[in-house]
Amino acid sequence: MQDEEVLGKAYDARLMRRLLVYLRPYWRPVLIALTAILAGAALQLVPPWLTLQVIDVHIPARDFNGLRVIGALYLATLLAEFLLEFIQASTLQMTGQRIMFDLRTQIYAHLQRIDVRFYDRNPVGRLMTRVTTDVDALNELFTSGVVSVFGDVFALIAIMTAMVMLDWRLALIAFVVIPLIVLVTQWFRVHVRQTYRDVRVWIARINAFLQEHISGVSTVQLFRREAQSFADFDAINVAHMQANVRSIFYYAVFYPAIEILGAVATALILWYGGGEVIQGSLTLGTLVAFIQYSNRFFRPIQDLSEKFNVLQGAMASSERIFQLLDTPVAVQSAAPGRSGGSGRADTGTIAFEQVWFAYNDDDFVLRDVSFTVEPGQRIGIVGATGAGKTTVINLLLRFYDVTRGRITIDGVDIRELPLDDVRARFGLVLQDVHLFSGTIAANVRLGNSDIGDDDVRRVLQAVNAAPFVEALGGIETAVVERGATLSVGQKQLLSFARALAFDPPVLVLDEATSSIDTETEVLIRDALTTLMHGRTTIAIAHRLSTIQDMDRILVFHKGALRESGRHQELVAQRGLYHRLYELQFARD
Amino acid sequence: MVTGKNERFDTGSGQLTGFIVRYRGRFALGLSCVVLTNAIALSAPWVLKHAVDDLQASVTGGKLRFYAWLILAIAAAGGVARFAMRSVIIGASRAIEYDIRNTFFAHLQRLPLAYFHANRTGDLMSRATNDLSAVRMMAGPAMMYATSTALTFVIALAVMASINLRLTLMAMLPLPFVTLSSRYFGRLIHQRFERIQAQLSNLSAVTQEALAGVRVIRAYRQEGHELQRFRRANEEYVERNRVLIRLQGIYYPSMGLFMGLSELLVLWLGSRAVIEGEMTVGSLVAFNAYLAMLAWPMIAFGWVTNLVQRGRASWGRIREVLDVAPAIDDAAVTYPDLRIADLHGAVEFRDLTFAYAGQPVLAGVSLRIEAGQTVAFVGRTGSGKSTLLALLARLHDPAPGAVLIDGIDVRAMPLATLRGALGFVPQEPFLFSTTLADNVGFGRGGSEPDLAAVTEVAATARLDADVADLPSGYQTRIGERGITLSGGQKQRTAIARALYLDPPILILDDALSAVDTQTEAEILDRLRTVRRGRTTLLVSHRISTVRDADRIVVLESGRIAEQGRHDELIARSGFYAALHRQQLLEAELAASN
Repeated sequence: MQDEEVLGKAYDARLMRRLLVYLRPYWRPVLIALTAILAGAALQLVPPWLTLQVIDVHIPARDFNGLRVIGALYLATLLAEFLLEFIQASTLQMTGQRIMFDLRTQIYAHLQRIDVRFYDRNPVGRLMTRVTTDVDALNELFTSGVVSVFGDVFALIAIMTAMVMLDWRLALIAFVVIPLIVLVTQWFRVHVRQTYRDVRVWIARINAFLQEHISGVSTVQLFRREAQSFADFDAINVAHMQANVRSIFYYAVFYPAIEILGAVATALILWYGGGEVIQGSLTLGTLVAFIQYSNRFFRPIQDLSEKFNVLQGAMASSERIFQLLDTPVAVQSAAPGRSGGSGRADTGTIAFEQVWFAYNDDDFVLRDVSFTVEPGQRIGIVGATGAGKTTVINLLLRFYDVTRGRITIDGVDIRELPLDDVRARFGLVLQDVHLFSGTIAANVRLGNSDIGDDDVRRVLQAVNAAPFVEALGGIETAVVERGATLSVGQKQLLSFARALAFDPPVLVLDEATSSIDTETEVLIRDALTTLMHGRTTIAIAHRLSTIQDMDRILVFHKGALRESGRHQELVAQRGLYHRLYELQFARD
Repeated sequence: MVTGKNERFDTGSGQLTGFIVRYRGRFALGLSCVVLTNAIALSAPWVLKHAVDDLQASVTGGKLRFYAWLILAIAAAGGVARFAMRSVIIGASRAIEYDIRNTFFAHLQRLPLAYFHANRTGDLMSRATNDLSAVRMMAGPAMMYATSTALTFVIALAVMASINLRLTLMAMLPLPFVTLSSRYFGRLIHQRFERIQAQLSNLSAVTQEALAGVRVIRAYRQEGHELQRFRRANEEYVERNRVLIRLQGIYYPSMGLFMGLSELLVLWLGSRAVIEGEMTVGSLVAFNAYLAMLAWPMIAFGWVTNLVQRGRASWGRIREVLDVAPAIDDAAVTYPDLRIADLHGAVEFRDLTFAYAGQPVLAGVSLRIEAGQTVAFVGRTGSGKSTLLALLARLHDPAPGAVLIDGIDVRAMPLATLRGALGFVPQEPFLFSTTLADNVGFGRGGSEPDLAAVTEVAATARLDADVADLPSGYQTRIGERGITLSGGQKQRTAIARALYLDPPILILDDALSAVDTQTEAEILDRLRTVRRGRTTLLVSHRISTVRDADRIVVLESGRIAEQGRHDELIARSGFYAALHRQQLLEAELAASN
């Protein structure tokens, strides 16, 4: 539970108001549904009245024709009721679906712009829970909750008025139980809310666990870890069940408690009212009517509390959803227009100016880093693991914002440029190539419809990927999730093709050349030459051989830029680079 | 909850009833609570009737108090019964949900790799949560309401029949329509719901992939396109729901309509009967009151049908997964008692031919490896090196041909023994988001990782220096909820993880590709010492990695092209010699620059 700390006390009213905002665009269907509900409620009064008419008027008069008229009216009422209910149910539920659609899209859109930092802390499985399970819990609120609450409150007021008008003293006696109802409801509310929160936390955990263990299933199998993984899963599964069972307890107490309170009211009326009947100050008919009313009085209350459950679940979910939606986005895009609006972004001079950066607090991974990359230059970045190489790329693409200092393109801080303009300059090739399920073509062009099939074939050809793609069956060959059936080298080539297809002015490579066989590596180096042609390049690599012909090599050590220069210069310096270089080639 | 875990773990798929039968005691108790609840609820009006009758005659205050207490007592008893009913039945449904989810997960763990290539993660996750929730609603609430409904129905009908049989029969005229419509709509709801759940799965899968690939999407500015893709899936989900909502919108009120028709028939025919003197007004009123008691069961019936249809559709989707036979299992085991300690590590590939998704990968590979040998595999990307190793670990099963360890077909030994004997380091290591120590000691079974052993293997894998720099050493969390390791660190962690088992056979599938050559040399050196007398199979693209192996096997297009020691292969001037020359040249170039 420590990873999803249980939320502080939030106010239902505030949450409710916020949820109602989502209803606003659909006020028309909501109004229709509301009208249908009220009309339906009114129509429900008709059949008993018709029955009364039959018994009091038509039967004594032996009026068969009148009976037929009543029958016809009855039938018409039934059909009208049917129609109203259909309208009510389908408009309401459809509105619920539309709202869910809006909410899901909003969450998803937010996830698309939220800081990459956020993904470092939140497992994908948990975020999926927000988009699917939590939103569905909210759905209930809109379909069975909010709007029909009006009907219940309406009924409650009408019955209370009728009771007071019949006999206000007896009414007050019956109302004695109301404070108790409030108490019980309060108790229920507090506890159920808590269990609902727990349930949400555990279902998110289940999702996160499933996501990780399905992705890593072969590792689990190879290490015969099934029993232990199962035990871990079982622990989460049990906790989820127990949280649910706790909520069952509160329900199981609450429903009967309300019912018993109803019986208390009936007993009180019978005892006190019965006494009055004996004394002759009350008619029997009034007493019977009163008991019937008090029974009806508890029905909407029970109904309301049922909706209250739905509300509880929805509130717990909406808290989590809003918490996600309220997560501030630190990396904000500047308003478009700053870049001068020249369609394709130019390379520009990229400069790091006294950049400091920490992923957490003061744990700096970059310290006072300054360097400049002129258009067309090829820059290599080297350094041991943890030297801060990857961070440079993360900052350049604004996955994160600098803690201190600034990064500029042609003297303009990248935070003052539209995010799209910044990222449009760079073609990123990551070490772990991420492929999506779909086709090879779709993985090359991603969503960019400007890249046609011929373009895809051309770039595949250019990066030497065409032969293996052809062998697989062409660019429409299916790729499974994460490209699991392709080799590392093949994925690498596809990611080059992707970068080339987008034709960025600056190429950014992250250890892109580290894990491929010599044969393929020749293909790749060849492809890289194509890729780097006419482009500014910033490349990270462990192996010096790939960056020796760079225009400049930056040597990072523990977050600081320690050396910079051409290969020969650096070797001659006999510093860090020289040592790294010797380490690499010592054996050969 | 913890005892009997293994027993549950071994339970295969089976019917839903199997899961229910497991809790038959609880269900029996719960259903008797339903009967009790209803019996008590029906007795309350009866007390009221007597009280009113007594009031009509004359009554003492004491008697009145008695009635008041009786009503309270009945309500209290009813409350207890209702409490028991809810906690027992809904509790049992939660237990079933828990059981099915465990079974589902245990089953997933037994499925072969190929299954996960063919099915998306988000889809499987959706079945384990969303679909399971619909199944639970069927096993719990639907069952509870169905029993309660049926009971009320039968009792009310019996009372009505005792008042006027003819009228009762008349009132039942619309009943066949109820049956017909529930059948018709039930089938449609089932189909629509299945389609909805399939789309929900799709939505989950789309979300899962996009969130997992967030960096690529950002870097290539595909947020808009991804949002469009999501909106399409989302729109389709709403669209499929729309159809179901219409169906339900007709189905639910239709139950009320049929009920109303019954009431209408009773009122019409009943009042005629009264006029003709066949029936008293009092009886008609009472009859109507009981008919009204049927209204709720009728509506609940519609609701229950809906729940059951949804539950069945979802159960079908869960069954789809549970019914997949684990293609790789212990079915052909002939040495059930074979233990890891019995294995020496001699490996033989016998005439192996293998195709993946229609693409031939291996063609008639035969190779014998003595126990204790180190054998390296080299070859181009796609030449079949990784497949060969995957077949040894039975990540796939070979057909035709065989893989043998110590002369025993790997399919003839228990999977647990086979995999326990292998320390497998895959090309792209998958680490779990837990501590580094837990990842290294991943194959340890249930116990806590032995820190001394973790430290030892980490030193062999040259992970020790890196760990010293980490904030909490081996207790540092990695992955999604912790720090991100570099590619080289991941590979070395995976090597340590394999070494932790001290396996008779170690498999390094290009496991040092992201490690620099110097560290690689050190790791290989230490491995030679630590693993003296044990079999090691390794794939690499670097001559430096493979040159000291006892034998080097060159694969080309799924066939063995060359094999021998480093010097022998150099002398043969084939692929290996060319590779060697190329890498030598590179090194020289690099050094002379």
